[in-house]
Amino acid sequence: MLEIRNLCKTFAKGTVNEHAALRSVSLTVADDDFITILGSNGAGKSTLFGAIAGTFYADEGEIILDGRDISNLPEHKRARVIGTLFQDPMKGTAPGMTIEENLSLACNQSSRFPLARAVQKRDLAKFRENLARFEMGLEDRMKMKVGLLSGGQRQALTLLMATIAKPHLLLLDEHTAALDPATAEKVMGITVKIVKEQRIPTMMITHNMGQALSVGNRTIMMDAGQVILDISGQERQMMTVPKLMTMYSGARGKELDNDRMLLSQ
Amino acid sequence: MSLTMFLGGLQEGLFYALLAMGVYISFRILNTPDLTTEGSYTLGVAVSAVLTVAGHPVLGLLCAFLAGAMAGSVTGILQTKVGIHPILAGILTMSGLYTVNTAVMGGKPDVTLTKTTIFNRLYEAFDINLAAFNRDRQAFTMAKEITVLIVAAVLAGAVLLLLVWFFRTHIGLCIRATGNNEAMVRSSSINAGGMKILGLAIANGCTGLAGGVMTQSGGFATISNGAGVLVVGLASVIIGEVIVGKRSVTLGFISAILGSVMYQCLIRLATSMNVFPAYYLKLISAVIVAAALALPAVRENLQRSRKGGRRHA
Ligand SMILES: Nc1ncnc2c1ncn2[C@@H]1O[C@H](COP(=O)(O)OP(=O)(O)O)[C@@H](O)[C@H]1O
Ligand SMILES: [Mg+2]
Repeated sequence: MLEIRNLCKTFAKGTVNEHAALRSVSLTVADDDFITILGSNGAGKSTLFGAIAGTFYADEGEIILDGRDISNLPEHKRARVIGTLFQDPMKGTAPGMTIEENLSLACNQSSRFPLARAVQKRDLAKFRENLARFEMGLEDRMKMKVGLLSGGQRQALTLLMATIAKPHLLLLDEHTAALDPATAEKVMGITVKIVKEQRIPTMMITHNMGQALSVGNRTIMMDAGQVILDISGQERQMMTVPKLMTMYSGARGKELDNDRMLLSQ
Repeated sequence: MSLTMFLGGLQEGLFYALLAMGVYISFRILNTPDLTTEGSYTLGVAVSAVLTVAGHPVLGLLCAFLAGAMAGSVTGILQTKVGIHPILAGILTMSGLYTVNTAVMGGKPDVTLTKTTIFNRLYEAFDINLAAFNRDRQAFTMAKEITVLIVAAVLAGAVLLLLVWFFRTHIGLCIRATGNNEAMVRSSSINAGGMKILGLAIANGCTGLAGGVMTQSGGFATISNGAGVLVVGLASVIIGEVIVGKRSVTLGFISAILGSVMYQCLIRLATSMNVFPAYYLKLISAVIVAAALALPAVRENLQRSRKGGRRHA
């Protein structure tokens, strides 16, 4: 379970560019939550993820993951328990290393003896099996350098790397937005499957409003560094995209402005 | 090319292969230009020379590696913990090392190694002595050369095996990933800064070892021994890549050794044929490295201008 209490982050404090990106955000993510996050450009969605993952330290507030206060832990220590995927497929894998090397890197990261052989036979079978489920033919190309793969293949691999050792929290920041529609759909399908099977508490930023309501069990909307809507259960089932739009303008007195926001259902 | 010339090239190429493998680690695996090299090479020279004079040549080699590794860690710490630009960090360490190296050599600019180098010890062990010299001068010289060659080959081979093994371990893989995609490593559970420091330590350890064994082979140490070795290392790595190609880290280390031998042989050949006087060497090495590094960009430009439709009848 993740508990966020009064999280605040202001960029460029004390300059003319001062910008409060997070204004006292509080949020609890239950173990079986798959939360989709909506919000206009600059609402602070990625900043929220950055604060949770430890890309930077929040100015104020606490982040408690499974009972442990991780607010002051450096990024690489948090990464042992938090899996993160970004929009850019190039970000999550090492292009000059093979598929099996990339996966080995992600596997047993905290438990492996430093001088143990990196790529171990007993892991390879597990890698093959997991890769085969993507139906991208990656399981037969384990010795291929990742730099030769397509964006979709790399993102699928990144997803597997982030989840092969079950994380306590999975953060997905528009991880299918840079892929072509067919591939995006495929990667999203795999995402849902993995999250469901492994029961990983997940937060996913998306700009697709239809998807935000159909994927997962809970949807929140952010604006100007605050959570302005948090729906689940019946309330969410009754929600439609037009209603969501109306609620947004009602709450903020302005139109939703996300140039990439999709209105598809 | 005469046999002795080839033997000399082979010996020195194998000694410098230690340097080339060190440069391969920083330049190709960590993907960072490391100017510590010239300082850590001389540090290896100084440490090895002083310990050899004191009667501990083998310990001298070991400490040359360790001292080089420490120099590399300093650069690594400057880069990662206090955020100094990689090139500047290397320059600072190299510059500071000048004082350290002189201090190690007791404040003197050079040290003559007495008859206690590992090579002298081996000559004794194999009875390559005055009696042998009087018996057959040519056989004596040959035996000496072969002994040096064997030492060089064993050392290069052993370091190669160790490095190949190391970069296949879990921590070795973490170092490679850091050089390959630092953004990814930063957002993973690997300590990117620590990996960089460790990588630079190993790279400069190899460089220090090269200096340490070179000085024992030459029997003389000076404070300026390291001048220009970075370019020698880079040229070796690049020549190796031209021959072998860039496919894997294991092949990369092997290609660095081949490149180093090739480079030393070529240089001997060129100077012996009076193609250029010896003092031209540094300029020519620099030009080789610059040309090889420019090649991909030049090739791309050529392709682009061809695609641009400027066709000639
Ligand atoms: N590192 C940074 N430095 C300064 N401002 C930033 C930084 N990161 C984000 N911001 C600003 O904070 C606001 C929120 O950004 P972000 O969280 O990326 O929005 P989004 O909801 O679109 O992901 C934006 O106005 C952005 O310009
Ligand atoms: Mg964003």
